[in-house]
Amino acid sequence: MRFACLATALTVWILSLGAATAFEIEGERHYPAPEGAVTLRIISTADINVFEPIILEFQRQNPGVGIDYVIASSTELMRAIYEEQEPFDLAISSAMDLQTKLANDGFALAYSSFATEALPDWAKWRNQIFAFTQEPAVLVISEADFAGMEPPKTREELISLLRENPDRFAGRIGTYDVRISGAGYLFATQDSRNSDSYWRLTEVMGRLHARLYGGSGDMIRDVASGRLALAYNVVGSYAMSRLPDYPGIRIILFEDYVNVMLRTVLVPVNAPHPSEAGLMVDSLATLDSRPALTERTSLPPVKASGLQENSAARPIRLGPGLLVFLDRLKKQSFLQNWTSSMEQFVR
Amino acid sequence: MRAMLGKGSIRRRLVVQLSLIAAVLSLAFFLIVRAVAGQAASDTQDNILAASATSIADAIYSERGRISLELPYSALSMLGSISQDRVFYRVIVDGETLTGYDDLPAPAHFPKPSEPVFSTLDFRGEEVRSVAVGRTVSSGGQAIRAAIVVAQTRSGLAAITSKISATSVAVGIGLFLFATLLSLLAAQSALLPLNRMTQSIKRRGPHDLRPVRTEIPGELLPLVAALNNFMARLRAALAQSEELVAEAAHRVRTPLAVVRTQAEVALRRLDKPEDRQALREMIRAVDESSRSAGQLLDHAMVTFRTDHLQETRFDLGEVTRETCAHLQPTAGLKDIALVLDIPERPLPFVGDPILLQSALRNILDNAIKYSPADSEITVTITVDRHYEISFRDQGRGFGDVNTGGLTKRFARGGNVADVVGSGLGLTIVDVVARAHKGRVKIRTNTEGPGACVSLVLPLH
Repeated sequence: MRFACLATALTVWILSLGAATAFEIEGERHYPAPEGAVTLRIISTADINVFEPIILEFQRQNPGVGIDYVIASSTELMRAIYEEQEPFDLAISSAMDLQTKLANDGFALAYSSFATEALPDWAKWRNQIFAFTQEPAVLVISEADFAGMEPPKTREELISLLRENPDRFAGRIGTYDVRISGAGYLFATQDSRNSDSYWRLTEVMGRLHARLYGGSGDMIRDVASGRLALAYNVVGSYAMSRLPDYPGIRIILFEDYVNVMLRTVLVPVNAPHPSEAGLMVDSLATLDSRPALTERTSLPPVKASGLQENSAARPIRLGPGLLVFLDRLKKQSFLQNWTSSMEQFVR
Repeated sequence: MRAMLGKGSIRRRLVVQLSLIAAVLSLAFFLIVRAVAGQAASDTQDNILAASATSIADAIYSERGRISLELPYSALSMLGSISQDRVFYRVIVDGETLTGYDDLPAPAHFPKPSEPVFSTLDFRGEEVRSVAVGRTVSSGGQAIRAAIVVAQTRSGLAAITSKISATSVAVGIGLFLFATLLSLLAAQSALLPLNRMTQSIKRRGPHDLRPVRTEIPGELLPLVAALNNFMARLRAALAQSEELVAEAAHRVRTPLAVVRTQAEVALRRLDKPEDRQALREMIRAVDESSRSAGQLLDHAMVTFRTDHLQETRFDLGEVTRETCAHLQPTAGLKDIALVLDIPERPLPFVGDPILLQSALRNILDNAIKYSPADSEITVTITVDRHYEISFRDQGRGFGDVNTGGLTKRFARGGNVADVVGSGLGLTIVDVVARAHKGRVKIRTNTEGPGACVSLVLPLH
């Protein structure tokens, strides 16, 4: 019954073009509460189908809270909170750097509860940003294209493989367009910090006319359809959730290092309902204790022990370091370097 | 404060003063630790801020006539490594913001290279510590001045400072309690010799005037020396007076004996009854005088011996019997019968037998003196919870006088004006009794005439 009601509440971003807001949204869905007057407005970068089980579970426990779920890209989310100070109750984003900037520049409320105290230290900052998922950046390959070949285990092996087989991979490599994707930019900048091989890899990918994408979902779809042989820096959770639908793809975690992105939530400083927002933060922070729910969302929850299982995993550290790549000059020079490496043969 | 210090107790004075000192020292400890630790934490933040700003300054470069900056990752991440504080930065080149937070206040003057300028200010609603570093960059042959400002909020610093404060408060309180406990013990131990001395003087008998020989600290030496000196003088004075009395008695006794002998010789020669009566009166008076002198000597002896009590074990019954036998002739003169009711078994007692003999002799002597001729004196010893040696006579008793006063020196009963006496007899008995932790019981017989005087002595 509820689904029927929700379906009618779904609106797309085209409808919102006429609205007064200047930031662009990609979708919006209302989950009205049967009783109670409080409606939490959530702005999020996560797809609705990923996040919906969490919302329904939350409403089962808090029947008095309605939810207004707005989907936007990480840059639009930043604009909504930072520049336009839209009264959202929660901001959920995978762009850790932008979330950090929001907190650093005083746009987040501090919140503390038993649930947030239980989070590991690397999963929160200033009691303002709380991570609730840990999502590795992975390489997704098409099994058909690697038939009879050993898939690369490190970035060096990937570089050699691409250099040695230019014909096979030309035009069939996918990666984020870091100029439009927040997550792509985050992965790319962390790559550049972690290893010198990143720029060589970018050069090689550019020489092979890599295709550039705005989101992980499209890359996975194209690998599965055979358009791409491999996609680099795909958000692991998306790939995992699609694995049953696309039998021909395979996920590879590199052995040299794996960037682990943390999806984070914060309560904006002008949130109309901060106490209800805190309930949602608690709900997200305790995701790990509800396996049935995480299975439905396919979001890998933050685990205190989760990072010891894989010694190559490097969680991206929350903190002022993330502000560096948001510096105007730094970003400008990074994007220049990236563009010149990636588009060296653009005619 | 004055009430707390008091003037009575040295111990309280000591404890209060030492505790005050401990409190002052603990407070000083707390303030110093907090100041030093706070300064150290603050210096640490300043150092990291300066390092961050310097690393940004080092990353400024000039390219094709334009100043640019490659912000080092470590410049900001190092600030995040010690606390979760907010970080702001601004790079100003030639008065224009190159990058960073436009509204972050710039230093009033261009900071000299290698001399970072620190300041504390309010920025975006929070107190921040900021550092400004100056750098001269050459670009296109021109020297261009760049200033780098890095600022960080101070909540981490506040957390460290409050943690240190809490710790130092706890340590300060602990120190104070410990020092107070120690000062209690110190006061106790400092006063120990004084207490010991007090106890040793308290334990002394009433006539013990020996100098104090307890081990004493140097500070008490003058006091003890003065005390000893005083006691020595007192003893000397007492001894002198006792000696004087004994000497006087002794000197009187010998000529009295001569006078008595001569009087008896004269008595035999005299025939006239009124002369003989006069001489008998004289002899009786001489006897009384010599008895008094004997008692004075006895008293001096008793006083001396009780001061230097020499205790031996002896049989109380035997001593009593001996005394009675010794006075039998005197009693016989007045036809007084001595009836002894003394248990046959030995009655062991520890004390000075000579003193006891003297005491018993004095009681019995008194009883004979005040008994009428041809009467009985009963001597009994009962053993109950203590020895009680009683002498019951059939004399005139003590009348209605307060019998307690009779043991005082030279005190006499109210009904004895016609009998010569010194008033020393019962005093001697009393001194001996006290020296042996006993007492004298004096009472008039309720049935029949006479009185009963008892010497009560403890069982050993």
